[in-house]
Amino acid sequence: MKTLRVLAVLICFVSLTAFTITTDGGYDIGDVATDFSLENIDGKKVSLADYKTAKGFIVIFTCNTCPYAVAYEDRIVELDKKYASKGYPVIAIMPNDTDVKPGDNMQAMKARAKAKGFTFPYLMDDGQKIYPQYGATKTPHVYILEKSTEGNIVKYIGAIDDNYKDAAAVKTKYAENAVDALLAGKEIEQKKTRAIGCSIKTK
Amino acid sequence: MKRFLIIVLLLSLSCKETSKEAVAEVKNSEAEVKSDIDLKIYDYDGLEPLINKTDDKVHVVNFWATWCAPCIKELPYFEKVKAEYEKKGVEVLLVSLDFPRQYETKLKPFIKEKQLQSEVVCFDDVDQNRWIPAIDSTWSGALPATIIYKNDKRQFYERSFNYKELEKEVQQFLK
Repeated sequence: MKTLRVLAVLICFVSLTAFTITTDGGYDIGDVATDFSLENIDGKKVSLADYKTAKGFIVIFTCNTCPYAVAYEDRIVELDKKYASKGYPVIAIMPNDTDVKPGDNMQAMKARAKAKGFTFPYLMDDGQKIYPQYGATKTPHVYILEKSTEGNIVKYIGAIDDNYKDAAAVKTKYAENAVDALLAGKEIEQKKTRAIGCSIKTK
Repeated sequence: MKRFLIIVLLLSLSCKETSKEAVAEVKNSEAEVKSDIDLKIYDYDGLEPLINKTDDKVHVVNFWATWCAPCIKELPYFEKVKAEYEKKGVEVLLVSLDFPRQYETKLKPFIKEKQLQSEVVCFDDVDQNRWIPAIDSTWSGALPATIIYKNDKRQFYERSFNYKELEKEVQQFLK
């Protein structure tokens, strides 16, 4: 029995290391997402671990300066309003280098959050350490995580919905469908989607 | 003599073009006469033939938008490729992902101001989850992005270029 357990641990370990090798470019579905401690617009640090009662998270890499991100601002607020109370709060992270994009600096983030009535944390990826681990390449870029005993598991990667231009003309709400499936304990139908966004700015 | 050969080559190439393209060229020259910019707007089904030509030319297709800072930065390099390599059978197509409401207010003034020589087309198709992987399976959707292809040989780049880097990639297709 003991050898079995050791074997199980070994298999776990091997598969985990295999995962880290294959997902060099960021997370894939099923990976454990890293937690972080990033500064919010109110000056306080925010970590996923702070959310004791959350069932998971809607992590969105977004910014002030990308027209696609701006087009989705209201819909991101709606996502948080709809799902924070159900256990899936929105956590927004601004991944751009603010020397390259001064319009995304902390002061600008505060102003934007206030103007748009953000109901969720809007965090600065200071030092740009977090977005590469997730594998985010653009804004907006959504990662839906489900809390488990092993950590926060990546369940969905991609777009918010299928129409950046017109919220009223959306046919499929990818992110909502994913959270709804998680809440219902069902399999997510579309685990990965793609949308145009602005490349994350680096020096 | 060399120049003569190139002219003959170009003539023979242009003969190969389909009548549809010839019509498009006529349209373009009309637009020039009117001195207004006649932008063609495509959905993915319309764009697909433009990025899958089999005419023995090297096609450089750049996805950009006026709001995309790194795109604007690299645009002169694509223009330079057109200027330097057009005679060698390289065509540049600039596919704008500007929002339709900004065609008149942003895109057209930009094309005029920068006097863009490469062909610019507008690409407007909200079903991005369909066409992004169709254009390239590795494209996450970030701009800028570029395709260089010649007939069946094809390379996709989700990145920015400086002129040297871009020229090097183009030259690989001219070998």
